[in-house]
Amino acid sequence: MADRPLIALHSICRTYGQGDAMVRALDDVSLAINAGEFVAIMGPSGSGKSTALNVIGSLDVPTSGSYLFDGVEVADLSKDQRALLRRHYLGFIFQGYNLLARTSALHNVELPLIYKGVAPKERRAAAITALERVGLGKRIHHDPSELSGGQQQRVAIARAMATRPRVILADEPTGNLDTQMSRDIMEVLVELNERDGMTIIMVTHERDMAEYAQRLVWMVDGRVESDTQMQKAA
Amino acid sequence: MIFETIRLALEAIFRNAFRSFLTVLGIVIGVAAVIAMVTVGQGSTYQVTADVEKLGGNIVMVLPGQGAMQGGSLGAFDMFRLRDNDQVEQELSFVRVAAPLAQTRRRVVFGNENWNTEIVGTDNRYFDAARWELERGRLFEDGEIKAGRPVCVLGETVSSELFGAANPVGETIRINALSCDVIGLTRSKGASTFGSDQDDFVIMPLKAFQQRIAGNNDVSVMFVALDEEADVEMAKREITALMQQIRKIGPREEDDFEVMDMAQIATILSGITNVLTGLLAAVAAVSLLVGGIGIMNIMLVSVTERTREIGIRLAIGAQSSQVLMQFLVEAIVLSLIGGLIGILLGLGLGLLGAQLLSVPFIPSVATIFLAFFFSAAVGVIFGFFPARRAARLNPIDALRHE
Repeated sequence: MADRPLIALHSICRTYGQGDAMVRALDDVSLAINAGEFVAIMGPSGSGKSTALNVIGSLDVPTSGSYLFDGVEVADLSKDQRALLRRHYLGFIFQGYNLLARTSALHNVELPLIYKGVAPKERRAAAITALERVGLGKRIHHDPSELSGGQQQRVAIARAMATRPRVILADEPTGNLDTQMSRDIMEVLVELNERDGMTIIMVTHERDMAEYAQRLVWMVDGRVESDTQMQKAA
Repeated sequence: MIFETIRLALEAIFRNAFRSFLTVLGIVIGVAAVIAMVTVGQGSTYQVTADVEKLGGNIVMVLPGQGAMQGGSLGAFDMFRLRDNDQVEQELSFVRVAAPLAQTRRRVVFGNENWNTEIVGTDNRYFDAARWELERGRLFEDGEIKAGRPVCVLGETVSSELFGAANPVGETIRINALSCDVIGLTRSKGASTFGSDQDDFVIMPLKAFQQRIAGNNDVSVMFVALDEEADVEMAKREITALMQQIRKIGPREEDDFEVMDMAQIATILSGITNVLTGLLAAVAAVSLLVGGIGIMNIMLVSVTERTREIGIRLAIGAQSSQVLMQFLVEAIVLSLIGGLIGILLGLGLGLLGAQLLSVPFIPSVATIFLAFFFSAAVGVIFGFFPARRAARLNPIDALRHE
């Protein structure tokens, strides 16, 4: 098990449309990611980096190819089974935060725990712990509209980590934030990777942010162009 | 889990309190309108029937023409005469008493007060047949009836309109140019249906009415009270036979008069109120439909936000069926809340309307159930189906929905 990659993409294609209008968002992508890695995926816009992340997160389904998650073929899973995969093993962070409107930070973080079937008391405690870890312990009853962008993204991180997933998938997590806020967010992700051992896969177009990762995958036109291990910057 | 789902649904409803309020408003108004209309309508129907039946099962009315009660042929038929009435009373052994009636509407005046009311020409037999009792004063004397003296007995309503609380007996009222001495006041029978007031009349001797007001010798109704043990159907046949003889109608000719018992009259009148109830309910049903369309609008407007919410829930591990169950419960709870408020409001309005019209309060259980299930159906159709469409999307498509 130790030698088997946690995530193994083999010859993944994802196309949209048909005939002349067909777009190849992913074109024969193969990629292996081990448990505990912090991987940044970069590339120009339209290079397929977000599509790759969505396929890894089972939010999107590849047109062809094989995707093994911890040895299980995801293509063979039903829609509901993929939901269970996300529920138990994956956490998501989006560029636009995607928090529920008019819903307190606490309740937003509790939501995945509700679906996981955690009892109310433990669920509340876990959500508060997660919010404290991202530095929002004093704002648990605030609605997203009462929080800054950086704070909203930290609520989203708390929501992603509350279920203690094996993998956190972040799609342009700092895309809407200024530099200082972005750095704060990255610190949290690094901590989740180093202290909690979570695998982090992050799509970004900012070089500065990618440097927090240990490995950089560069994509162009739906293909993996380079895949390099990086020296720790800090 | 179902408890958790209901709690989530209630949270979602109160989280969007204003939108929820707008959503259910149409249902509340529609359901309330239907229930209020049907409740008042049913009360009216019941009251009409009860009013007519209060006169007694052994009352028969003879009317000139055919279908006069249903607003049928008017005018082209002969009225009755006083002697026709007396012949019916004397020749048929089962007739307890027969009263000749002639009536018209006139304005009556006393001092500065005036009131538009029904002027009835008859004699003392009518008080007997229709069971009117006197509150004050006396009935007509034989001399007054024979001479057609201008004297009158007032109904309670006319008395209070003209005299207030004062005693009208001994005063003189005017009916057009005719001065008429008030000799009696009947005991009130109370208001009846259609807002029509049973105590709104002035009774005077038939001859006085014919000569001084109508200017003819017509009797427009014979009000016939049968013996208690008389068979109503048999009585109607014999009265019909006698009237055919009096009016010289051959066996193959059509009758130019009608003999009706109170059950028939009640049926006709309640038929009218039933039609009215139906019309009102139809109008109210249209408003319920409009309310449903309102719900659909609100749901469609919010579908972008909701689709994204569905995407978020799917992304963090909800299964489509769980999301759908939440939306279904939310839609049903919302429209049932609307339906319940509507039912309570409708019953309240129905009670108010029934009191204003002085009819009994008769809520229709069938209508309440219908309204309830309609509102649930509206919730499912307009709340659930857009959500189902969204839940079938790939999570990423739901998340990106603009």
